Amino acid sequence: MIPLNLYLLVAAALFAMGVYGVLARRNAVAILMSIELMLNAVNLNLVSFWRYRAPDALSGQTFAVFVFAVAAAEAAVGLALIISIYRSRETVVAEDVNMLKW
Amino acid sequence: MLFMNMTPDMLRLLVWLIPVPPLVAFFVILLFTRGSKLVSDLVSVLAILLTWVIAILVLIAAILTPHLGEEPITSSIVWLPLGESLATSFRMGVLVDPLGAVMLFFVPLTASMIFIYSTGYMASGAYWTEIKGGEGGHGTTHAAHDEHGGEVIDSAGRRLVKFDASAWKARFMAFIALFAGGMLILSVADNLLMLFIGWEIMGLCSYLLIGFWNNRVYANQPNRITPMIAGIKAFMTTRIGDVFMLIGIAWLYSFTGTLNFRDILYNEEALHALAATPAFPNLAWLGGLTVAGAIGLLLIIGTVGKSAQFPLHTWLPDAMEGPTPVSAMIHAATMVSAGVYLLIRMFPLLSAGWVEGGPLTAPMTAMAWIGSFTALFAATIAMAQRDVKKVLAYSTISQLAFMVAALGIGAYIAAAFHLMTHAIFKALLFLGSGSVIHAIEHGEEHAHHHGHHFPIDFDAQDMFNMGGLGKRIPVTAWTFLIGGLALAGFPFVTAGFWSKDEILADAFAHAPVVFYVLAFTAFLTAFYTMRQIGLTFAGEPRTAAAEEASQRDWRMNTPLVILAFFAITAGWIGIPAALNPLGVNPFHDFVAGTLLEHPEALPFDPLPMIVSVFIALTGLAVGWLVYVARPLKAGQPDPLARALGPIYTLLEHKYYFDEAYDFLFVRLFQWFSDKVVYQLMDRGLIDGFLHFVARMTEWIAFRNKDFDTFIVNGAGDEVAQGVGNLGQAFKYVQSGRVQQYLAVAAAGLLMLAGVFIWAFFLR
Amino acid sequence: MQITPVTVTFAIMSIFALGGGLGVVVNRNLVHAALFLVLSLFGIAGLFILLEAPFLAAVQILVYVGAISVLITITIMVTRRIMGIRESVNRQWPVAAVVAVLAFATLGFVIVSQFAGETPVSDVPPESVAQLGAQLVSSQAFLLPFELASVLLLAALIGAIVVARD
Repeated sequence: MIPLNLYLLVAAALFAMGVYGVLARRNAVAILMSIELMLNAVNLNLVSFWRYRAPDALSGQTFAVFVFAVAAAEAAVGLALIISIYRSRETVVAEDVNMLKW
Repeated sequence: MLFMNMTPDMLRLLVWLIPVPPLVAFFVILLFTRGSKLVSDLVSVLAILLTWVIAILVLIAAILTPHLGEEPITSSIVWLPLGESLATSFRMGVLVDPLGAVMLFFVPLTASMIFIYSTGYMASGAYWTEIKGGEGGHGTTHAAHDEHGGEVIDSAGRRLVKFDASAWKARFMAFIALFAGGMLILSVADNLLMLFIGWEIMGLCSYLLIGFWNNRVYANQPNRITPMIAGIKAFMTTRIGDVFMLIGIAWLYSFTGTLNFRDILYNEEALHALAATPAFPNLAWLGGLTVAGAIGLLLIIGTVGKSAQFPLHTWLPDAMEGPTPVSAMIHAATMVSAGVYLLIRMFPLLSAGWVEGGPLTAPMTAMAWIGSFTALFAATIAMAQRDVKKVLAYSTISQLAFMVAALGIGAYIAAAFHLMTHAIFKALLFLGSGSVIHAIEHGEEHAHHHGHHFPIDFDAQDMFNMGGLGKRIPVTAWTFLIGGLALAGFPFVTAGFWSKDEILADAFAHAPVVFYVLAFTAFLTAFYTMRQIGLTFAGEPRTAAAEEASQRDWRMNTPLVILAFFAITAGWIGIPAALNPLGVNPFHDFVAGTLLEHPEALPFDPLPMIVSVFIALTGLAVGWLVYVARPLKAGQPDPLARALGPIYTLLEHKYYFDEAYDFLFVRLFQWFSDKVVYQLMDRGLIDGFLHFVARMTEWIAFRNKDFDTFIVNGAGDEVAQGVGNLGQAFKYVQSGRVQQYLAVAAAGLLMLAGVFIWAFFLR
Repeated sequence: MQITPVTVTFAIMSIFALGGGLGVVVNRNLVHAALFLVLSLFGIAGLFILLEAPFLAAVQILVYVGAISVLITITIMVTRRIMGIRESVNRQWPVAAVVAVLAFATLGFVIVSQFAGETPVSDVPPESVAQLGAQLVSSQAFLLPFELASVLLLAALIGAIVVARD
């Protein structure tokens, strides 16, 4: 069997990649994709723990299902926002959306 | 009759009411009449007549009361509660004993006459006033034109216009009402303090009334005393006397614990204690002076000031600057009489320790000396005066001195008698002189309209500008004659004779020196009286003004007649028992009750009476010969001047006392007031101190301001600035870029995670 | 560790996942990045199957790949016009790299030290999917969160419409 820590490491790596993408990418859509990466890493974590620690209790999977729902909602709204900003600002570069600056 | 049903309480109430109407009139006129001459005339005259009626009622009740001296009409209220019980409080109230009744006889009488006279006298007249700078001088709006309708320049370069003397008539009536109120308070007072209150009210009014025409100046005479100066002079001089009097009152109160007349003067033990205690036990050379003596001397100084005795006599002649009714009021009926009244009232104190025939006490000695000297002194000056009112002024000083001297030798009742008769005939004489002055002024006006020109310094009061007025103003002339004869002591028919004779009789019996001085003075009195009558009324008019003189005002003539009546008859009440058809001397018996020991009348001695008759007639005859038999023509000098030579000049200048006082005292005090009190103390020390305090406060205030601005405000501003700067520095954190925020958040989170790991996994 | 089919499958799926992830964050071309995301998601789905959660794998593909990736791609298309970006990363990418590395290091440290060599506790019970469904609507279990999630989706739906319309 594959030890738990490998799954977790994969998840951690994905998560770290997602962090890098969120912080470093200029395009807002790319940032959103990085966020999806992070959420997937989280899901992987949850399911791994479920399988390895408490397979009888289905709460691990349930949790993952909810994460799916939230991720979907968040992606939808986020993309809608990006489109809206694109309409009014003519840009999708996150850096350029800095009206709340000093 | 009314007072048969009068209860004692009603009587007492009436006594309280006596001073009230004139005082009320004062306030009413000042506050409500708005300067209306008619209303103020009515208010004041009605008030004084009301007082007269009440006074007559009280007087009749008093006369009808047997043993008034032992049981006088009294009423008092607690005025100043002192100590634990009401019994030790200071009470003030009214008292009508025989002496008070005498006052109630002549004070309202003369006051009423003077009030009525004033409504006529003050209704016309004009005098010069100076206009300074622009126009209208002294802010007056009543400047009337003179006959030329404009202004003149006098020899001193001042611009003068004629001012209407009746402009402030309402105020005049208010002031004399207040004055009468003060005198009446004094007359009915039952204690020294209330007497002093009335005394001081009169002092104030004398200033107000003498200086009534305060903007008057005399053309061509810039150094002559004006009413304003005369008022100050009167007030200041009497003030000197008042200070000593107040010390005497205070000493009396501290010694006896009361100021009530009955408690001190009608009280054997009190008088005995006062007479037995030495005043200055520590000073050997004053060993003989008792408390009674010391207090008496202090009170006498008060009278010396108020009744213008030597050496404080200088104010009275200059007080003639006031309108003539004022002279009558102040110098005949009331104020100067108040001084003598004080001494008569306090006689038991002044004579405490004296028995008839024994040595005189210190106050009595003082009074005898001062009185005799002043009488002669003033009479000599009166002989050489040109101004009709000044003669009367000195005559007043002289007659008052008679009364003072009488008291000095113990002739208590004679002094009271002469006080009463003198008030009446002197008031008559003053009012008469006012009538003469008005007549000359009218004559001046008439003559002016006929084209005659008068110099601008024409003096309507100078007797040498008069003459022949007997034919032109007969009512005045006859009444003045009656008054003058009373003053001179014309035998038997005039009041002055009987009172003066009683003084001389007493002096003859007790103190021959005083007798000789007073007798000679009586001679001089008769002389200068006839001189005055002769110059004024006899012969031919010496100026055009006298030629056209006229005076027909009933308001002025009626009081003259009434007073003349009393000038004749008032004396008959005091005819000595031996000559009296009633067999007794009613005045003597009545007034004697005021004193504890009820002095007996002197046994009748014909010699002094013969002497006084002789003196009076001789004096009058000499005067007649000089001034009436060969009346003076216009421009003719006074024969007396030729007769006396340089002495005449000395007399005319009043022995140069005014100049002496000015040199000795006035300049000194003026210098002191200006340099020391004003410049040094007031402006230098007091103002300097205040300025210093102000500057200190200002300096502190400015330091406060600096503290506030730089430190308090500064701190606040710095804080705000600092926060702002901090914000300015930190604002760059807010870049608006979400990824930056996230990066920071992630970094922070990692740090926390690190701490967490370290805390839970590594330990 | 032996080479079994499970291990090999694991390796392949991991490579898909990680490689796809790398591609997402590195690729300059957005469409490529989106496709790499799809690849990564597939890899994750495979890992789910390996973890005996077939339902979740199916949901993953349906929701993520089918819906979200499509949505992302559409958005990329819609916002493509002004794409002229030379760089794909912003100015703070060193910081981001450091943070990412640190994050991985932290997580890795904990994982390696705590969860080394663990094996599954027990077997997965049969019919787990049915049970999952039952739990989702059971008032003793996850009914409330389920309903709330529905509300959330509704809100997101409305919100997206509102935000994105003209």
